Amino acid sequence: MSRTILIDPVTRIEGHAKITIHLDEDGQVADARFHVTEFRGFEKFCEGRSFWEMPGITARICGICPVSHLMASAKAGDAILGIHIPPTAAKLRRLMNWAQIVQSHALSFFHLSGPDLLLGMDSDPAKRNLMGLVEKFPDVARNGIRLRRFGQKVIEILGGRSVHPAWVVPGGVREPLSDENRSKIRRMLPEAFDIVGLALDVLKDSFDQFRDEEAMYGNFPSLYMGLVTPDGGLEHYDGLLRVVDSDGAILEPGLPPARFREILGEAVEPWSYLKFPFYKPAAIREAQGGRSTLHYPAGMYRVGPLARLNVCDCAGTPRADAELREFRRLAPRGRPVANSFHYHYARLIEILYALERIAETIDDPSITDKRVRAHAEVNNMIGVGVSEAPRGTLFHEYHIDENGILQKVNLIIATGQNNLAMNRTVKQIAQYHIKDGKVTEGVLNRIEHGIRLYDPCLSCSTHAVGQMPMVVEVYDAGGKLIDRVKRE
Amino acid sequence: MSVVTLTINDELVSAQEGQTLLSVLQERGIEVPTLCHLDGLSERGGCRLCMVEMEGSGRLQAACVTQVQEGMVVSTHSERLVKYRRMILELLFSERNHVCAVCVMNGHCELQWEAAKIGMDHVRYEYLNPDLPMDASHERFVVDHNRCILCTRCVRVCDEIEGAHVWDVMGRGVNSRTIVDLNQPWGTSQSCTSCGKCVQVCPTGALFSKGATVAEMEKQHNFLRWILDGREKKIWSYENGK
Repeated sequence: MSRTILIDPVTRIEGHAKITIHLDEDGQVADARFHVTEFRGFEKFCEGRSFWEMPGITARICGICPVSHLMASAKAGDAILGIHIPPTAAKLRRLMNWAQIVQSHALSFFHLSGPDLLLGMDSDPAKRNLMGLVEKFPDVARNGIRLRRFGQKVIEILGGRSVHPAWVVPGGVREPLSDENRSKIRRMLPEAFDIVGLALDVLKDSFDQFRDEEAMYGNFPSLYMGLVTPDGGLEHYDGLLRVVDSDGAILEPGLPPARFREILGEAVEPWSYLKFPFYKPAAIREAQGGRSTLHYPAGMYRVGPLARLNVCDCAGTPRADAELREFRRLAPRGRPVANSFHYHYARLIEILYALERIAETIDDPSITDKRVRAHAEVNNMIGVGVSEAPRGTLFHEYHIDENGILQKVNLIIATGQNNLAMNRTVKQIAQYHIKDGKVTEGVLNRIEHGIRLYDPCLSCSTHAVGQMPMVVEVYDAGGKLIDRVKRE
Repeated sequence: MSVVTLTINDELVSAQEGQTLLSVLQERGIEVPTLCHLDGLSERGGCRLCMVEMEGSGRLQAACVTQVQEGMVVSTHSERLVKYRRMILELLFSERNHVCAVCVMNGHCELQWEAAKIGMDHVRYEYLNPDLPMDASHERFVVDHNRCILCTRCVRVCDEIEGAHVWDVMGRGVNSRTIVDLNQPWGTSQSCTSCGKCVQVCPTGALFSKGATVAEMEKQHNFLRWILDGREKKIWSYENGK
């Protein structure tokens, strides 16, 4: 008799989702699915609004990574205006983007995944949360809060507020950076560097105890996509799209992001509100008679910290480059790190990189320049804006009429691009741990952790504090409930 | 001009005959909320926020269009009035799609200020969510009907001060809409002088400068006083910038 196991809701992620695990007649895992159960609708209800408003509106997609939407949206606006923004404005935008990488990655590592990594996958679920972490490892929890605060504070100094700042606009930014504020940021940097150093030690010390997880937490070949600088360096704000395959071969060396449609397609499934983007060239199958068809799961690619470190040639800053060399030793020579468990490590390396870049940029004499906003009228009817959000590449594509009123909006969110990989990860972990239909609490948490690796951001809500109830329901092939396990 | 005596909130008050009740209240520092009223424009009595209770009359009267009279007994802040004012504001919010958080006037909006002052923390009525367009065809300005409260300040300033009468209102009741000329895109208007007075007097984010982003728009009413002082009192300069 086949059965379905349901994990609902998935906890310690940003947003609302559930997981179903489908067992076959023998109680072995046949399939597993990650369902996103919330619907936002921004693409539709923004139609009819002006592109000038879009940074403000789309920032509300998310309370964790509003800055990424601000960047992508303002850049789409720049493209519509057809302008190059003042160089200082670009540097200031980069500063804010790095600050967000720091705060978002700190949240993911310390608060969302920290309880699993430090307290253990099998620890008491009542304690396996941020509060449990504060009790047992107060220093680590405090450091997490301090590091996140650093990022939030830099965003606030630049944009006037830490969440949904209206500072990034089509044409540049609204306010320049004052000397006083520059000094404030400079003073906060040493502590942030200390914390990320400690976090790297904590994670690396724990590698031995997670050998099992390392081997089967999303360990499969896939493509990787991310932005790189024209020289192939790590990039978060601008640059070119690069795609590499599981052997490390470069499939797309540097496509201008505005041409993303040439390589990316989007599929939908009736069981999830999250779209399934895929890499088109890998998904095309030659069928009989010379006609080609699409098999979209073959175009699975990963984005985010792991993918960015896999596609770049180097980081470009000394300490991050040293860590990157160590990171690359986790995979056979010349190949990308295929294991999603190492998203954690990649996240910490990116924090280090972002801090080094912030330190460097803040010392740039032109950073306090007062010319930070360009003005123009509508010059292009389509605008594409791309940025590397903490969770991966983010695309905003706007089609407007001659007055700047939006006719069509397309948003390709980082988390969506990891959708195929997340589903694959859930299935891999479930297949490894669930034998003969036997399910334990520790197994359920491991499956959830498989999702947390990608730090999916399904909406603008944080569920970092507290343990949400989880219900596991077992259904027979006819859909009849035969067992129910509840965790309060 | 003769003087009349009336009672406002249990206090005896003298005022000049022909004065509106609202101007007397304002002179005495008694704050009643207003939206359609703007110093320098004719009164409309449309928003009903300045309603007061009057002894001997079962109906509430809008102070902006009520002239003072001898022996009038007025109450401005009874429980009933505060309740109705809040109700009016909630109805204004539910009638269109204001969404303060992403509005160009967030933090500078008169509708938002009045709602905050009265303690309106939520709207009890179902939102109508009407499907209303934005007209960005004008070279310099944008009209967003989603944020219009039909105060008609734009209509009056264009007619009375600029003398162009570009703006008007069409339709009835909840379907009313401000229009340009004969209901055409603003950019195609031949009567509009692009002076921007309508934008400056608009209390919400319904009229704004093109290119303004969230919370970036602030409006200036001073120009009305300067124009009227020149026109009516022949005052052309102000000492000490006053």
